[in-house]
Formats: sequence, C-alpha cells, structure tokens
Amino acid sequence: MATILRVTNLTKRYNSFTAVNRISFEIKEGEIVSLLGPNGAGKTTTIQMLLSLVSPTSGDIEVFGKNLRGHREELLSMMNFSAPYSLLPYNLTPREGLTVFSLLYGVRNYRERVKSLLDEFNLGELVNRKIGQLSSGEQMRLGIAKAFVNNPKLLLLDEPTASLDPPTARQLRARILKRIQESRGAVLWTSHNMREVETVSDRIIFLSRGRVVADDTPQNLKKQYGQEDLEEIFIIIANEPVRESL
Amino acid sequence: MNRLHILGIFYRNIVLIRRSVPKLFGLFGFVTVALFLWGFLTLWVQTLAPDDTATDFILLILSAFIFWSLFDLSQRSFGISFLEEVWSRNIINLFASPVKLSEMVVGFILVGVVQALLAFFYVTTLAFLLYALNIWTLGLYIIPFFINILVFGWALGVVTIGLVVRFGPSADILAFFIPFLVLPFSAVYYPVSVFPPVLQKLTFVLPTRHMFEGMRTAITEGVMPLDNVFWATVLNLGFVVLAFLFLYWMLRLARIKGYLSRLVQD
Repeated sequence: MATILRVTNLTKRYNSFTAVNRISFEIKEGEIVSLLGPNGAGKTTTIQMLLSLVSPTSGDIEVFGKNLRGHREELLSMMNFSAPYSLLPYNLTPREGLTVFSLLYGVRNYRERVKSLLDEFNLGELVNRKIGQLSSGEQMRLGIAKAFVNNPKLLLLDEPTASLDPPTARQLRARILKRIQESRGAVLWTSHNMREVETVSDRIIFLSRGRVVADDTPQNLKKQYGQEDLEEIFIIIANEPVRESL
Repeated sequence: MNRLHILGIFYRNIVLIRRSVPKLFGLFGFVTVALFLWGFLTLWVQTLAPDDTATDFILLILSAFIFWSLFDLSQRSFGISFLEEVWSRNIINLFASPVKLSEMVVGFILVGVVQALLAFFYVTTLAFLLYALNIWTLGLYIIPFFINILVFGWALGVVTIGLVVRFGPSADILAFFIPFLVLPFSAVYYPVSVFPPVLQKLTFVLPTRHMFEGMRTAITEGVMPLDNVFWATVLNLGFVVLAFLFLYWMLRLARIKGYLSRLVQD
C-alpha cells in the first residue's frame, strides 16, 4: 500500500512551550488512523500544521511523497477537512456554501457535485435555509459534505460526529467509511468518543504533551495495556508521565 | 492563477451583497446621505462667493466628494470582504483550501470593481438629478483618476487585511478608520497650497494628494495634469508592492505564531 501521509520529526514550539515534540507517523492508502490524546496534547496543532495553517518549527510533512512546504496548493487540493471550530459561512445557504467550496477546490463540474452531495448527505430539504439557521448537527453534516467536495485523497476529521445524535452519527460514519473505501484515500480522525474510534480505526496514535506515546491497532493497544476498553487506555496514557517518543 | 478559485471568492461575496439590505445600504445609502450633506454645503458656499466668480463650486467640491467616496468604498469593500470570512468563522476553511493569496486578492478586487462601478454610476446620476452636476464634463480625465483611486483603496485594503491577520478580529475597526487617516492630508477639498510647507513635502508620498490636486487642475484649467497622473501612478505602484510585502509578512508571522486559528477564537 502506498504511503499517503508521512510526518517526520514534526515539532512546533511557541517560545518556550513545545506544543508538538518530534512526532513521526505514516498513513497508508485506505487507512483510517485516529489521533487521540487529552486536551492540550497537540492534536489540533498537528492537524493545523497538516493544513498549513501553522508552520512547523522543524520536521517534515509529505503527502504523496511531496513536501507540503513547497507544494502547498497542489497538496491542499487533494486534501480536505472538517472541524467544529471552522464553520461554513452562516449567511449562505447550504447550496451556495457547497458551490463556493467546490469552486475554491477547483471542481470543474461543480453544479453536479453540489447536487450529488446535497442528496448524499440528506441536505436537500435544507437548501433554501441559511446555514446559520441550521441546527449544530445539520451544520456538522454540511461540514462533512464540504469535506468531500473535491473527493479528497487525505481527509482530516476533527471530532466529525461531536454534535450528532447516535443514529445520525452512525449513518455518517458509514458514509465516510464507504467513501474512503471507494476512493482508496486515507483519514486522520480525532474524537473523544472511544467507541467510535474503535469502530472506525485501523490504527490509533496516542499523543500526550506533544509526543507520540503509542501507535498501534486497537486490538494490540488493548493487549499492550491489559485493558478491554480504549477509554481506560486513554485515561492511563493521559495520567502517566511522558515516556520516550516512539 | 486558477479561475475557479477566483470565481469562488467572487461568487461568495456577490451572493452576500445581492441579498443583504445592510450591505446594499453600505453601498448606496451612506453615499446618498453624504451627497445631500455636501450638496447643501456646496450650495451655501456658492452663495458666499462673489457674483462674478468663474469657479464652479458644485463641480469642484462634489466631484471631490464623489471620488473620495469611491476611494473610501474601494478600501472598505476590500477589507470587509476579508472580514466577512472572519466574522462568519470561515477564515480557516479559506486558508486551508488550495486558494493562493494572490487569487484571494484578485477575487476581492473583482468584487471591488463591481461595487465601485455600481456606486459610481449611481452617485453620478444622483448628483446630476439633484445638483445638475455633470461629472462627465471631465471627459477622459476621469479614467486615470478612477483607476488610481481604486488601486490606492485596494492597497490600503491589503494593509487592513494584514493588520487583521496580525491583531485579530478586534482590528476590524481599521477597515473603516484607515481612509479617515488619509483624508486630511490628501487635499481632497482644498489645494495642497493651504498645507504648511513641511506638510506639503510630507504629503507628497500620498497618491491621493496628486489625484485630487490633478482633478482640481482638470476642472479649473481644463487640461490633463500629466505630472499629477504620473506621480499618482508611480506612488500607487510603490504602495501596492509594499502592501503585498506587508501582507505576506503578516501571513508568514501568523503561520509561525498560530494567529490564524485565533481569528476564529477571538
């Protein structure tokens, strides 16, 4: 399987504070990898560096073998993301919002793409309402639809189901998984819902205080920590002193 | 440059302007109210002048007002196009997309051109109906003034964006305030000769000073003031280059210090 994302010794320092400390990992074609860790572990900073919103202090990010530093626009056109802190413009309708992002991602047949996304994510009945008038769950669904406007090969999902009720979350997870299987893309997923993480992840990377402290399949992590439940592992890792970076 | 990226920026802003009453008021409402104010003031000033004066105060003062409004609008529309993304918490989506900064700026420029043309034709028609001011008597002289006014407004708009990127959404007041910093020193409603000698030298660097001084010459003497057009254009080019360097610097700093994510948190 080809490597889609390779992160090498990635570090971000803000003056004397180290938010991300020499982390390295890879994500291969078709893989869904969860990035977990307590608040302040460095997950959001890592995602923001992958989106080139934050410049790394040192280290490298390669997507499809190309360094993000020199190929920003080309690589971002193959990526997309969804995060609860980054909403679509509240004063547009869902159709207008998806049209804008289809254009911004250079989608040539944008009218057809918008129509198919509205159908696929059950947003058809909301097309004439302003995004700001939608419920947080509907906005989240729209945000995920936006993340698929360019059929990304690398998808970054930060808490993608945080505002959704369980049936909608399940439906949406299934849709995301189907899409990724079809496109042979890859996903970096963050969530505080351990059941969700266990369901979707091929691998889990645990971050703590800016370092990678574990990187393995959910089954192996359970064996390694002698726990039946990912949530217990999360609590152990959040409370333990930082070990050497993997 | 990717035309679809530019179209995306343009479409997003035009959709908003088209259906937002406050935005339409910002485009046409303020200028209407201000035209009444300056129109009445000019009519009164005209009555104070000797009967045999050859000066056409209406043409002189209201033309200055119209071009100043155009400058104000061009700077404001540019800054607000960017601020709209900050206010709607969409700015992260924009910077995480493959859109280049230059494409974003070109999109904003297109939005600015549409707004400027609409506002210019509207206000000149209204001035003709209310005060019989025919600004088109300036003929082709209008073109270099019009272009230089827009370009300087955009250059200051680029600086506004840089300041918002650096200082966060709380710097949005600058989008409205910057033109007023330039106004007293641009010789919009009075000649440069009224400035103290030091200020006459210092204000030389402002393209607006040359534009408005040149416009007065065109109105009163009926000749194209080539030296004013030359200096306005050269200085404008310098300001555009400096404004872009400033924006690139601010954006680089924002990526290093993590200011971009703060734009949706403040």
